[in-house]
Amino acid sequence: MNCLAVAELRNGALRKVSFEVVTAARRAANAAGGGEVHALLIGGPGIGGRATELGRYGADVVAVVEHPALERYNPEVFAATAAAYLRAHPFRCGFFPASAQGRDLAPRVAGALRLGLAADVVDFEVSADVLLARHPVYIGKAMATLRLAGSPALVSLRPGAIGPVEAPAAMRVERTEPALDPGAARVAVTDLAERAAAKLDLGEAPIIVSGGRGLKAAANFRLVEELAAAFGNAAVGATRAVTDDGWRPATDQIGQTGRLVSPQLYVAVGISGAIQHLAGMRTSKVIVAINRDKDAPIMKLADYAIVGDLFEIVPRLTEEIRKVRAGQ
Amino acid sequence: MKIAVCLKRVPDTESRFTIAPDRVSVDTAGLKFDMSDFDGYALELALRLNEQQGGGPGEIVVLSLGPEGTQETLRKALSMGADRGIHLACEVVPFDGLAIAEALAAELGAGGQNYDLILMGRNATDTGNATVGPMTAAILGWPCVTAVSWLELKEGKGTAHRELEGFTETVEFRLPALLTIDEGIARPRLPSLKGIMAAKKKPVDSRPAALGEPRVTVQAMELPPERTGGRIVGEGPEAVPELARLLRDEAKVL
Amino acid sequence: MSFEGVDFYRLDGLLSEEERAVRDTVRAWVDEHLMPVIGDCYIEGRFPKELIPGLAQLGVLGANLPEEYGCAGLNNVAYGLIMQELERGDSGIRSFASVQGALVMYPIHAFGSDEQKKHWLPRLAGGLEVGCFGLTEPDYGSNPAGMITTARETKDGWVLNGTKMWITNGSQATVAVIWAKTGAPDDVASIRGFIVPTSTRGYAAKDQKGKLSLRASDTSEIHLEDVRLPKDAILPKTGGIKSPLSCLTQARYGIAWGAIGAAMACYDEAVRYAKDRVMFGKPIGATQIQQVRLAEMLTEITKAQCLVLQLGRLKDAGSMTPQQVSLAKRNNVNMACECAREARRLLGANGILVEYHSMRHLANLESVYTYEGTHDMHSLILGEQITGLAAF
Repeated sequence: MNCLAVAELRNGALRKVSFEVVTAARRAANAAGGGEVHALLIGGPGIGGRATELGRYGADVVAVVEHPALERYNPEVFAATAAAYLRAHPFRCGFFPASAQGRDLAPRVAGALRLGLAADVVDFEVSADVLLARHPVYIGKAMATLRLAGSPALVSLRPGAIGPVEAPAAMRVERTEPALDPGAARVAVTDLAERAAAKLDLGEAPIIVSGGRGLKAAANFRLVEELAAAFGNAAVGATRAVTDDGWRPATDQIGQTGRLVSPQLYVAVGISGAIQHLAGMRTSKVIVAINRDKDAPIMKLADYAIVGDLFEIVPRLTEEIRKVRAGQ
Repeated sequence: MKIAVCLKRVPDTESRFTIAPDRVSVDTAGLKFDMSDFDGYALELALRLNEQQGGGPGEIVVLSLGPEGTQETLRKALSMGADRGIHLACEVVPFDGLAIAEALAAELGAGGQNYDLILMGRNATDTGNATVGPMTAAILGWPCVTAVSWLELKEGKGTAHRELEGFTETVEFRLPALLTIDEGIARPRLPSLKGIMAAKKKPVDSRPAALGEPRVTVQAMELPPERTGGRIVGEGPEAVPELARLLRDEAKVL
Repeated sequence: MSFEGVDFYRLDGLLSEEERAVRDTVRAWVDEHLMPVIGDCYIEGRFPKELIPGLAQLGVLGANLPEEYGCAGLNNVAYGLIMQELERGDSGIRSFASVQGALVMYPIHAFGSDEQKKHWLPRLAGGLEVGCFGLTEPDYGSNPAGMITTARETKDGWVLNGTKMWITNGSQATVAVIWAKTGAPDDVASIRGFIVPTSTRGYAAKDQKGKLSLRASDTSEIHLEDVRLPKDAILPKTGGIKSPLSCLTQARYGIAWGAIGAAMACYDEAVRYAKDRVMFGKPIGATQIQQVRLAEMLTEITKAQCLVLQLGRLKDAGSMTPQQVSLAKRNNVNMACECAREARRLLGANGILVEYHSMRHLANLESVYTYEGTHDMHSLILGEQITGLAAF
């Protein structure tokens, strides 16, 4: 059976997750006994030119909806158009990105069609009549396998959960119209502004890069700051030794007497891992340690550790992270 | 303004979870429950919106769906300053957001209520679905803005910010509307002890939840593998590309 | 991970929903407002008075007094739980709340005129006034009836003279409840209470320096030199040593609960540390000696919890006796001292650091052990209750 992927644009360019949903739809169509992958591409005039990129990942049909009022996301028009497309074609599954935009769009569509939606899915299996989806629950402390019976089964897919896989298809473009007059929408996106790299609070930052005595001098915290900047969504923390010495403000301290944090990723740079420090960060989801001493306590806790001179390793990592991020 | 705030009673996310014998849920014995974090922000926002109005006519109605214990969460909301509670009773809260949305819409859409706003958290911290808000709005036919991180209301219209990946989106909408609220918009207050006592006297109506048929069910629940730690990726800067790959592909944190 | 409390015997099930809500609210307040500053306050020897408005807004001050005076109108179990949660943070903060509520607001409520109650209670509940309680004197601690402070009646009021010592909140208080003899030095029945605004001429308080315990609490010496008060400064319903002793019963009741808070804080810290701290290749929690320590702590805390819960129910029913309070204060403070000491030992060298809490609690509890009736005096009160023979 055929499967649908709803593509996502940002400032006129396809986001990487768009290729991932097409890849997912390809995989689902193959598993459901073969079928076509349709990609729905909604945007401003000329957006149809992006269709070939979707074809490279396995879209057989790219349904292009171009409208001058749809250069920016319009929740109601996008939802009505996706719902109409799902109504008009018999699909086995529909895949949305579980991006900020997709998590807004997918439940609107599912609500309008009264269809089941497995949200924020990291993996899935499809058979003829059942879709099983893996979805982290309890802030990632448990993993649920969800069951959706019947067609179409809707899924929003966590960005990065499955990588895009090229599967070039003889893609054809079909043009269609918005299912709702953008002028009639009651909700309108009036601005989209790139956020300045505001200083993230340690408690809220998904990534924390922390430095310890191993940095040797206050000025060397530049390395930590540059790595944090490369991640884009990281805050800078420090150990008590460092804040006591005045290299960093006391508010940056992570540990028993400082902040207790559990980011998605904690990068410990030149931190040996005194128990007072570990008490503040051991619940981090993923811990990376960069340290000279392979027997330091932090190295035992870390999911990934590199042994060596941080002054060589950190700049290299900063560069590598910039590359990875640029590719997204 | 008349504001409805939908709250979900969830286990404290700091808990250590174990899987229940049914293998499709977590064991709730001994878990501490409280209102979902994001719902707390929604409630605080509602309280502030009405306080800013300076004593004009306003009412904050809190709704929650779930078993008996849900009333305790409603009373917490009342102790923080909400005016009355509605408990939509059901033995187990379905995992499926649509089944919940149908029950909420049946209650909120019942005639003569005239809400100006319906607020809920961006997502519940147990299921992490983030679906009930937009689904409820879709069923009610209301305008909806999700994951609102900043809000201004003026003369029947609203302006909201939403935080996208690296971008801030500005959204304008008409009232009445359903909004789901992001973390950080307004830090929830602690109930005062007097508020706790006053909450005893505020009304909580309990009625059966008109749940929809669930389309999504939980087939299995598992715990992630234990942290092993101590994995040395390599030595020196040569190990960096491998670390970056692991962070991207295995840990999926990039 | 934030503090979770100890409830091995599911005693939560014996608490009402409001009681639990009160406890959880105060617990959250302590986490948010007190824990971040208490270490520094302790080192600096400073009471965090910037927290008073927050405590007042929460409704902690005199929380078991009636709503008509701006108080929360809670029952005594809820009040006890508040004391427990505050002392989980620090005994000094609990002491502040105990003094304000049980030793200043309680006597005004119990012995004051309507005017006094209406004037003072809402202001004290709202934190606009800070109170202290002047009973103990340099030479009369366990034997307050021997006090030598005098109140001489004049044609237009009273004149107070004397010295009070170990007065919590003394230096920052805006109002003091002072106990003095209105008759002869041996006339115990002439002891009366007075409401003394601390701005009154002749009233002087100075900090007691050099404390190695309760460092985040304000402890002072009060000098009263020809302090002239109007006629209506007297608490009309006071009469004899029984009056101030009944206040102490209120305060001791709160201390019996409070001590559990301190003990739970130490136990919580010890458990976490025992699981995290690796020595000889395994967590120290896997060793028999630390497990015995933890088992003792848990057992004693659980027993103490059972004690105060029933004590609170008796107090709410109006049938609690001072001797029952003595038993609970004596047991629970001693128990908390032991827990703090064992926790501090379990933590090894780290245990002496201010970033951990056990040593601070241990030092505090050494004061709590001897204040509000020393451990030994409570033994003698029980001894007298058992035998009918006073040994003091």
